[in-house]
Amino acid sequence: MPQEQRLILKHADQPGYTPDIECYMRHGGYEALRKALATPGRDLPDGKKQTPREVIRDEVLKSGLRGRGGAGFSAGLKWSFVDRRSGKPIYLICNADESEPGTFKDRQILHKDPHQLVEGMIISCWANDVKLAYIYIRGEMPHAARLLNKALDEARAKGFLGKDILGSGTELEIHVHRGAGAYICGEETGLIESLEGKRPYPRIKPPYFPAVLGLYMCPTIVNNVETLCHVRHIVNMGGAEYAKLGTPNNTGTRIISLSGDVKNPGYFEVEVGKVTLGEVIYHENFGGGLKPGRTLKAIIPGGSSSKVLKAGEKFKLRKKGPDGQMVAVETDLLDLPYDFDSLQQAGTMSGSGAVIVMDDTREIVDVLANVSEFYAHESCGQCTPCREGALWMSKALHRMTTGGGRSQDADYLLHIAQNIQGRTICAFGEAAAWPVLSFVKKFKDDFVARGKADEEARAKGIVPASHH
Amino acid sequence: MSNAATTAPAPAAPPPVEKIRIKVDGRDIDVPKLMPDWQGKLVPTTMLQACQIAAQEVPHYCYHPKLPIAGNCRMCLVEFGTPVMDPATKKPVLNEDGSPKIARSVLPYEPQTPRGAIACATPISPGMEIYPSSPATKQMRESVLESLLINHPLDCPICDQAGECKLQEYSVQHGQAASRFVEPKVHKPKAVDLGPRIVLDDERCVLCTRCIRFTRDIAGDDALGIVNRGSYNTISAAPGKQFDNNYSLNTVDICPVGALTSKDFRFKMRVWFLKETKSVCTSCSTGCNITIGSRENVVHRFEPRDNDAVNASWMCDSGRLNYQWIGRADRLQDVLVKGVKSNWTQALGEIQTLLRNAAEGSVAIIASARQTTEELYLLRRLSVRVGALTDAVEREGEADRLLVSADRNPNSQGARLTGIAYTEIGISIPSIAGGIRSGRIRTLIVVGEDVTKAGIDAALLAKLDTLIVSDILPSATTAAAHYLLPGCAHAEKRGTFINGKGRVQKFLKAVEPRGDARPEWEFLAELAKALGAVEGFSTIEGLFNRMASELPALAGVEWAKLGDTGVTVPV
Repeated sequence: MPQEQRLILKHADQPGYTPDIECYMRHGGYEALRKALATPGRDLPDGKKQTPREVIRDEVLKSGLRGRGGAGFSAGLKWSFVDRRSGKPIYLICNADESEPGTFKDRQILHKDPHQLVEGMIISCWANDVKLAYIYIRGEMPHAARLLNKALDEARAKGFLGKDILGSGTELEIHVHRGAGAYICGEETGLIESLEGKRPYPRIKPPYFPAVLGLYMCPTIVNNVETLCHVRHIVNMGGAEYAKLGTPNNTGTRIISLSGDVKNPGYFEVEVGKVTLGEVIYHENFGGGLKPGRTLKAIIPGGSSSKVLKAGEKFKLRKKGPDGQMVAVETDLLDLPYDFDSLQQAGTMSGSGAVIVMDDTREIVDVLANVSEFYAHESCGQCTPCREGALWMSKALHRMTTGGGRSQDADYLLHIAQNIQGRTICAFGEAAAWPVLSFVKKFKDDFVARGKADEEARAKGIVPASHH
Repeated sequence: MSNAATTAPAPAAPPPVEKIRIKVDGRDIDVPKLMPDWQGKLVPTTMLQACQIAAQEVPHYCYHPKLPIAGNCRMCLVEFGTPVMDPATKKPVLNEDGSPKIARSVLPYEPQTPRGAIACATPISPGMEIYPSSPATKQMRESVLESLLINHPLDCPICDQAGECKLQEYSVQHGQAASRFVEPKVHKPKAVDLGPRIVLDDERCVLCTRCIRFTRDIAGDDALGIVNRGSYNTISAAPGKQFDNNYSLNTVDICPVGALTSKDFRFKMRVWFLKETKSVCTSCSTGCNITIGSRENVVHRFEPRDNDAVNASWMCDSGRLNYQWIGRADRLQDVLVKGVKSNWTQALGEIQTLLRNAAEGSVAIIASARQTTEELYLLRRLSVRVGALTDAVEREGEADRLLVSADRNPNSQGARLTGIAYTEIGISIPSIAGGIRSGRIRTLIVVGEDVTKAGIDAALLAKLDTLIVSDILPSATTAAAHYLLPGCAHAEKRGTFINGKGRVQKFLKAVEPRGDARPEWEFLAELAKALGAVEGFSTIEGLFNRMASELPALAGVEWAKLGDTGVTVPV
């Protein structure tokens, strides 16, 4: 029976669990840090030696942990890219700018269990020789920022932060930095620019890969809140044991933010890949199904920038057959395991883990107009295709929702979106283009019908309600 | 004696440049592995630089070779491919015909769609293939241009940039004829007063940030930034602040579109009417290379001209705007003998007789260090012939950290190298004044200076038997002249200046002199030849080469070798 498997949110919603350090420590808090600091070095079979810090980094790599921010990139690999020979300080930044529409998982951690993040960060910093770290938190979460600062003060008072952490001789300071409220600050290089006090214009890569030229042009690790929390559990469990959670290459647990037209929206922590998209929506342990009398129309599976999935779609998933050979298995939309690889094979992504459900009462054109308006508003405007294209698409969709549609608008929108994706400085280009590309391709009839209806109305002399 | 270019040993061969073989549009080409970045530091060669070497222009807006790379306009996106490597052997995988197998870059999530890279910021690697003319590259350019134009006001008929606008040029070369855009355009501020010399039209701006980077990274004044978000982005000076540094007008030059315009030049002249003449700025001893834009004998603007040995691509605003006087109504244009309009034959004839009969030591010459090297040389020859004391007039100001030099004479080194002045310019003027006062000096020749402001006042001038003055604008000295010979602004003649660091730079003639005015070198040559002080040339080229053969510091230099950017000599 599919059910939640709470690792990160194990205590968060328990009655009486409070965000202070005493409560956290009563529940085993900071034991992972002590364990990490006491980790001995080890000899590898090939004769090489690993320092204690390398051991922790190796465990994270072995755990198979993939970033929970959106891209799903291997956390251990990301750490391995850090330039450790530059002679410059290495920085770690926790990306707490959770802003992908539909996503509300990091805020659960920040509000209910901030010390878990702090402990995860301290371990990660220690493992990567980081002496100064930042938590970049979105401006719209002022209470979480206060809680984090309080948590940092408490950790400092206990000797978990500061010049000599628990007598280990290592030092670390963590600062909370509040953003001013821009989606693009969640893009890691935009975040870094913002942290440096500048406009959050994402940097060009090459050459500005954070692992080499990040904050203040120093090697920098940027990890999501949830990702950093997992490090604590990897240390507690050991990488190999952690990797048994979830499914191969999609290890551990992750928090799904479920919203939209379901009976029971909310957040659910599950083993990655052990629950299908259909179960997330319909199972009583999760979404509990659609509202009475409704049918499913579409699912946005990984935050508003991920490509939409249409009810009834079927996908070919590559799976290992009984004889060990890879075979393509036809899979219904609702049978897609909710993991990184399956959704990627379905042509979309699990992104930030935000599942948005739309039933038959939703007008697809209006939904897309809403999504596009968000991306037009949030485009930083640095590079041409996204700056001009995002607003162009939004204006066209606004026109379509106010009686100004044309039958050729579907192709018009596809044309604009195709000229954005892959041509921008950062992945915002994809974030703006993918909803348009997927909505219009998969629901082309809806867009053409809307355009035709508007054309007919105008031919009869009916003036659009709002046309400018 | 300084070592002459002709006798110096051949310079050691430069170390071999490591090259990388790549393909540009299917053609093999070897390009240096490293090339200079905007600060001249050697860094891995970019695709854009490689394409330039292959004579394949990659269009761009935000990239400027003298500014840090921004990569925001996306106009330089090019399709490319890299050799496929065998992961086991780390060797290139070969096609059946033995050629290396190339993997064209594609979108990771959509392998049938080519992925471009920005040529301005992407380093080349061995075996890379760049396709600046491929259909995919062309389509990327088309779409970037379409995006840049959807909210553009398309007001070329009233735009100063028309004719030198990259939006226009690329639209013709790489754009499409029609736009699909049917939405209302974004409207932004028009005619924004950005500072004392700059007007900004935000609707024309393509947000390439060249202006921001220039003033921050070159001028050292972080004065400009972007406000608002997305398509509403707007260039702005800091709130309550003026964009008023002495280099602000360079942003007008590098603005690829008509967003930044010069208050001095806007609405004055269509650029395609302008004749462009290579010249040098005369406002200080830096000698920034300039292009003079003129039409029908009127100078309309100075613009900086690239010269990495002098001014890179920049010039200061004060130098740039120091041209209006050329067209002043009170420019001297008549030859006057004792206040009466005369002619060159009479005046030069009388001066020649006077100098021929002058007693040794009775003549002094004060020549401006704003005169050309050739003119200073001729004056020096004359002074030797008649035994005259000579000097120039010092002109000091405040230096800045970029281009403005404290020495505001454009040719102090010319004055020194020709022997008109000593290292300390003006040191002999008190002796000349004393000579006049004592009655020993009876004749004073002044070229291009108002000596009443340099230690020889009108009362002293009145003691002279003969005051011969050549100048271009009236002054207390020209008013006292017995012989007044109207000369030329540098824009009206040819010649050379030697800048503070010894760069010998020639400048060409943009406009005709006024009235009877003549280039000083012409009438000085006539005079000097008549007195037997020089011989053997008739053109400015001949004069320069003659001078260079005589002056040790210029040994080996020829007019023809000066090129557009000059030659450095030891000073």
